[in-house]
Amino acid sequence: MTFWDLFSLGFMQRALIAALLTGLAAPAIGTFLVQRRLALLGDGIGHVAVTGVAIGLLTGTSPTWTAVVVAVLGAVLMELIRERGHTNGDVALALLFYGGLAGGVLITGIAGEGAATLQAFLFGSLNAISVGDVWSTIVLTVVVLTVTLGLLPQLFAVASDPDFARVAGLRVRTYNLLIAVLAAVSITVAMRTVGLLLVSALMVVPVATSQQVARSFRTTLAGAMLVGCVAAVGGLVLSAALSFRVTVAPGPTIVLLALAMFTATWPLGVWLRRRSRLMAPFPEVTATPHRSTVEHPHEHGEACGHPAVPHGDHVDYVHDGHRHAVHGEHYDEH
Amino acid sequence: MTTSDPSAPVVLDQVSVPIGGRPVLRDVDLTVRSGEVVTLLGPNGSGKSTLVRAVTGLLPHTRGTVRLFGTPIEQFRDWPRLGFVPQRSSAAGGVPATVREVVASGRVGRRRLLRPSGAADRVAVESALEVVGLVDRASYGVSQLSGGQQQRVLIARALAGEPDLLVLDEPTAGVDLPNQQALADALGRLKARGATILLVAHEIGPMMPLIDRSVVMRDGRVAYDGPPLTQEVASHTHHAHDHPADGPGSHDHVPHVASPLDFERRNRS
Repeated sequence: MTFWDLFSLGFMQRALIAALLTGLAAPAIGTFLVQRRLALLGDGIGHVAVTGVAIGLLTGTSPTWTAVVVAVLGAVLMELIRERGHTNGDVALALLFYGGLAGGVLITGIAGEGAATLQAFLFGSLNAISVGDVWSTIVLTVVVLTVTLGLLPQLFAVASDPDFARVAGLRVRTYNLLIAVLAAVSITVAMRTVGLLLVSALMVVPVATSQQVARSFRTTLAGAMLVGCVAAVGGLVLSAALSFRVTVAPGPTIVLLALAMFTATWPLGVWLRRRSRLMAPFPEVTATPHRSTVEHPHEHGEACGHPAVPHGDHVDYVHDGHRHAVHGEHYDEH
Repeated sequence: MTTSDPSAPVVLDQVSVPIGGRPVLRDVDLTVRSGEVVTLLGPNGSGKSTLVRAVTGLLPHTRGTVRLFGTPIEQFRDWPRLGFVPQRSSAAGGVPATVREVVASGRVGRRRLLRPSGAADRVAVESALEVVGLVDRASYGVSQLSGGQQQRVLIARALAGEPDLLVLDEPTAGVDLPNQQALADALGRLKARGATILLVAHEIGPMMPLIDRSVVMRDGRVAYDGPPLTQEVASHTHHAHDHPADGPGSHDHVPHVASPLDFERRNRS
C-alpha cells in the first residue's frame, strides 16, 4: 500500500473531514477566548469533559454527547464563578481542571474500563471515527461557525469591553455564557481529533500564530482559522505518511505542526512590532528652541537607510540618538 | 439647589448605592440638564466612579431614583442614547484590532442581530473618527497608539453610537498634554453640537473653558454643586455650598471641617 492509497480508505476520509472541521471551529472560538485573556479556559473545559466521557462509558451511552453535556455545564459554572468574582478567574479554572480529570479517571475505573479506553479521548483517535461521529462533528461545527461569525460584532464588543457593551444595551452575561457554551461544544468537536488534553492548543496556538502578522481582529480570526485548518489536515496527513515507518499519533502531530507554524511566524512578528515602534510618529510639541546641526557629512533622503519617522508636517531622520529634520540647507535637531 | 427638570438627561434624587453591602454613595442629588457639560471632581475614593456606574446602570442603587431622559433607569431601554467611556488604561485586548474596528464596535447598540453593517454605521464611524482627529490612524492597530490616542479611540467608540448623553470616566488619566488638548477639542466640538456631557476628571487642564458646572464629591456625598472649579480649588473646597453665588475666586483656602450637619442644613434650605 502506498501513501496515496491511504486517501481511498473510508476511515482516512472521515478523519480528514473531522480534522478540517475541527481546524475551522476551534480557532474561531479561541480568538474570542484570547481576546478576553482566557486562553486557558479551553484547557479547563477539556479536563471537565473527561468526566463527561467517563459518564458515557459508565452508562453505556455515546461519550461524545455526555461529554458535550458535562463540558457545557462545566463551562457555564466556570463563567458564573468568574462573573461573581469570588474566586480569581484562574483559581476557578484550576479547581475545575483537577475536579474534572480526577472525576473522569475515577468514574472510568468504576465503569470497568482501562486507561486505554480513556486514552482514545485524552489524546484523540482520528482513526476510530464512525460515520455518525462525522455527522455530529459537522452539525456542531456549523453551529459554532454560524454563531461566532454571525454575532461577530456583538461578541467582539463584549469580549473587548464588557462594561461598554453593557451600557450599549447588550446582555453581556448571555453573550459570555454563549462563548463559554460554544467553547465547550468546539472542545467536544475537537476531542476526536486531538484529544481533550491537547484541545486547547488548537484554540490558542493558531490565534497566537495569526496575531504575529495580523493587525485587525477580522484578519486575526480568518488567519487563525486558516492556520487551524492547515495544521489539522497537514498534521493528519503527515502522521499518516510517517506511520509507514514509526507509530505516529495524529493528535500530537497536529499540535506540533501548529506550534511549528507559530515558531516560524514569531520572528516576523517581533520584527514587525519593532519596526512599527520605531516608525511611530513623534508627538508634536510646540515651542522647542531652534537648534541646527553642526556640519552634517551625510545627506538624508528616501533611500538613505535611516528611519524616516513622521513628525507633524515633516519627517525626522533617526540615527545615533539624533532626530534630524531638513531645514533649508542644513538639518535641525528635533 | 438643582432645579429638577424631570426629563433632563440625568436626574438623581436621594440616591444611595452600596458596594458589597456597604453604602458608598448616600443621598446624592444630581441633575445634568440638556446641553450641559458637568465635571465630577473629588479625591480618590470619594465615589465619582461609583456615581458614574450608577448612572450607566452598571451598579444598582438601593434608595432614591435614577432617571435617564425622564425614565426610571429600571425601565430605561433606549441605551443607544447614552454613550459611555469607561475608565481604562488601554483600548487594546488580547487580540490585535484596528482603530476602526474598535470604534465600529460602538455601533453594537444600534445594530440588529445577524445583519451586516450598513451605510449609516460607516458614516457614524467616520464622523466619530473625525471628531477625535484620528481619521489618518483608522487602519492602525490600537496597541500601536499612545495612551492618550487610545483614550481618544474609546471616546470615538462612544460617539459612534450617536449618543445624546456622553458619560466619561477619567478620560484624561495619564494622558500627555497634546492629547489632553486633542480630547478637549473633541469635547468642544461635541458641546457645540449640543451634546450633554458628564465627565469624571482628575486633571481638567485644557477642558476648563468647556465646563458649565462642577460637582465635587466627598466621601460618597455631594460637597459642592455650582460654577466650574479647577481641581486645585476643588480639593480645598468644603463649604462652597454656603455661598454658592460666589465664584471660585472668593475661596479663602482656610481648611474647613465638613460635617454631616452641614449637609442636613443644606438639604433643608
